[in-house]
Amino acid sequence: MLKRYGLSGFAVLVAALLSLPVLVILSYLVQADSALWQHLLDTVLADYLINSLLLLLGVGSGVLLLGVPTAWLTSMCSFPGRRWLSWALLLPLAVPAYIIAYTYTGLLDFAGPVQTWIRDITGLGYGDYWFFEIRSLGGAIIMMSLVLYPYVYLMARAAFLEQSVSSIEVGCSLGYSRWRAMWSLALPMARPAIVAGLSLALMETLADYGTVQYFGVSTFTTGIFRTFYGYGDTVAAAQLAASLLAFVILLVLLERYSRRRARYHSAAESRARADLIPLAGSKALLALAICLLPLLGGFVIPAAQLLLWAVFEAEPLGWDFVRLAWNSFSLAFLAAVVAVTLAVIIAYAQRARPSKPVRAVLAMPAFGYALPGTIIAIGVLIPLAWMDHRLIAFAQNLGWESPGLLLSGSLIALLFAYTVRFLAVALGSVQAGLDSIKPSLDQAGRSMGHSPLAILRKIHVPLLRSSVLTAALIVFVDVLKELPATLILRPFNFNTMAVRAYELASDERLVDAAPASIMIVLVGLIPVLLLHSSIARRRPH
Amino acid sequence: MTLIKQVFCITFGLALVVGQSAQAAEVVNVYSGRKEALIKPLLDAFSETTGIKVNLITGKADALLKRLQVEGSASPADLFITVDAGRLHRAKEAGVLKPMSLPGLEQRIPAALRDADGYWYGLTLRARPIIYAKERVDVAELSTYEALAGAAWDGRICLRSSQAVYNQSLVAATIDALGAAATQAWLEGMVNNLAKPPAGGDVDQLKAVAAGVCDVTIANTYYLGRLINSGKAKEQAIASQLAVFWPNQKGSGPLGRGAHFNVSGAGLTKYGKHPQQAQELLAYLASDEAQRWYADINNEYPVVPGVDVSATLVGFGSYKMDPIALQILGQNNRQAVQLMDRAGWR
Repeated sequence: MLKRYGLSGFAVLVAALLSLPVLVILSYLVQADSALWQHLLDTVLADYLINSLLLLLGVGSGVLLLGVPTAWLTSMCSFPGRRWLSWALLLPLAVPAYIIAYTYTGLLDFAGPVQTWIRDITGLGYGDYWFFEIRSLGGAIIMMSLVLYPYVYLMARAAFLEQSVSSIEVGCSLGYSRWRAMWSLALPMARPAIVAGLSLALMETLADYGTVQYFGVSTFTTGIFRTFYGYGDTVAAAQLAASLLAFVILLVLLERYSRRRARYHSAAESRARADLIPLAGSKALLALAICLLPLLGGFVIPAAQLLLWAVFEAEPLGWDFVRLAWNSFSLAFLAAVVAVTLAVIIAYAQRARPSKPVRAVLAMPAFGYALPGTIIAIGVLIPLAWMDHRLIAFAQNLGWESPGLLLSGSLIALLFAYTVRFLAVALGSVQAGLDSIKPSLDQAGRSMGHSPLAILRKIHVPLLRSSVLTAALIVFVDVLKELPATLILRPFNFNTMAVRAYELASDERLVDAAPASIMIVLVGLIPVLLLHSSIARRRPH
Repeated sequence: MTLIKQVFCITFGLALVVGQSAQAAEVVNVYSGRKEALIKPLLDAFSETTGIKVNLITGKADALLKRLQVEGSASPADLFITVDAGRLHRAKEAGVLKPMSLPGLEQRIPAALRDADGYWYGLTLRARPIIYAKERVDVAELSTYEALAGAAWDGRICLRSSQAVYNQSLVAATIDALGAAATQAWLEGMVNNLAKPPAGGDVDQLKAVAAGVCDVTIANTYYLGRLINSGKAKEQAIASQLAVFWPNQKGSGPLGRGAHFNVSGAGLTKYGKHPQQAQELLAYLASDEAQRWYADINNEYPVVPGVDVSATLVGFGSYKMDPIALQILGQNNRQAVQLMDRAGWR
């Protein structure tokens, strides 16, 4: 009995615990505060909704346009530069969205070097010429697409690489051209992976506050914080967040429904490598250009600008940057281990074809990714503080000294928040890995009398190693960049690089924020490069 | 499997190292809505003279306030520091502060700059006047905040977003002076006169005025002070094109009420475990030394009358302040945001 249900039961327990913050936020929907809602409806809510939808649409198209072609080109075609581009395209993952926004604003706004130069050589004044207004909805779409496309690239590329070559070869032998095979076979087969990457990018977009706030774009998320900070109304803010969550749940359900019967693992055994499609001449140049564009925009230009600021203009960081880097690094490492361990447990329980209610419980915690970090932090604080108060009361009853805020006042709260916030990322990668392992392998293991745990250890772990590593590395980078939850939940005297960068940037000292920002990017590079080698090993070269 | 074991060993080890909490004989725990760079040096100086260790968390004021509320009686925080009287008032309303009658502070800090019941004390003053482009604006054109709604300013104004609490407090003060209807009309006129949609911070508005995007803005003086004292030629060049105008100085009645100002301040928390040390820290923050530090480092005005201010602040000239009791900013904040929503001030 225990062998049969042990792991699933444990997974349900873990999932329920991780769902607490999301449920706390959803529970606010029940409390009524009609006056403020009426005011929001009358004035700004329509604006928030339209802007948020446009932002989603724009970033969605942006990440697909940047992520899928680059993934296809680097995994299926051969052209000069393919090898280094295949890892370099991941670099924008290390750049936080709010930092790329600050950087491009410094470059491109009317007081920045580009426009000043235009005015100097033409003698025109402001308003006499047209220039792209970076601080706009369009600007926000471009900024977020540039740093979020790696999610799609990463997932799509992994899927292309793992696709059984034989199905494409069958397609070709049936008279498909290589390109036709891509459209009709490879792309549809990669759909779950692409959608997984896309939904990560879109949930990240919905949760973003820093970029849209700085650009003055009123989205649903800025609305949440306006009601929180402006009206001082946590209930209405949480209600807005809960509506956002409901919207995301709806989207996810729709997507699941649309591919309800499809199966995406290959029945064939062959993992042989297909020949790359050789590109030459103008085609090779075009491929190179397509791959260089996101790399330049999402990494090279902002990193170069940050580096210039950091070296020539900013106040030097001082020796405490070692401590900041260590704090950021260790926190990200801890969070990655915790989040991925729990993700594996949950993903595995999901694979065991549980009943509907169990499936719902298991799916719940992943929605934390769509909630802004501050809201998650509040959702984490409330249950943890409640438990802390029970613990204190318990200790006092026994006549012990009060233990203080053991859970909500320590790193546990922070790790809890990170896990809730980024579980979806880890789950996405682990599930994608599990999906490509045929159920027949499980069945074979089961028929040989192995327990689910033994199947996990003996069959899945070796096959899943790279997916798990991918999950861990993405969570690592995400935690490194995370700001709002870190800001509220951190213990006393605990600073990270993201906190330092934010404090200087929000004090309108963009240039002085550059050294800390560049440190985030540099530390983030380490896992991004590891990530590459883990994917490269998936298929023999 | 060994790899996994190694990972967990490292994880556990890290958790132990990172999770260490500092304990000292005498401590005071501070939640601060002020940035670390603008509070930590003072706290360090305090620790050095008194031997009391200060533990600090900085963050967004409203989020820290929420943390205080949720932590309740178990909260470790002794002192809550933040900018904006509206926030301080909100903390008082939320029931996380403790009223303290501190005769030493009451003597030094004018009554308008602290809570009437002693829940919080203002620590620095921040003025939010009109800042204009010297080249394109004739000073005779300028008079009051309210006049910026006039047709003469069509397409000439830059404003920061209404998300900024500084703007919310300015509107809250105007509601107190003129009433909601007149404030609404003023907001609509001013939004109509905007040269571009609100985006960026105060410094961005100053840069926009210098670059010729618009001619005037409303900004806190310390941002201009920072540009003036910057070591960078580019920033000094921006500052040299700008000047401060103190609005609402002439006459009596609401339009002659004086320029808008606000405070940063602090209050003792209701459940603080180190009230004695927190009071000492509060007294230190109101000392001449600390007051001068804020004037020199961040160009904020001292709350304590008679403390010397920096040459930059002297250069801005003297002005009449709106004598409004600052807690009204907090009381009117919600209505202010509603009016800004209605006027379409993003």
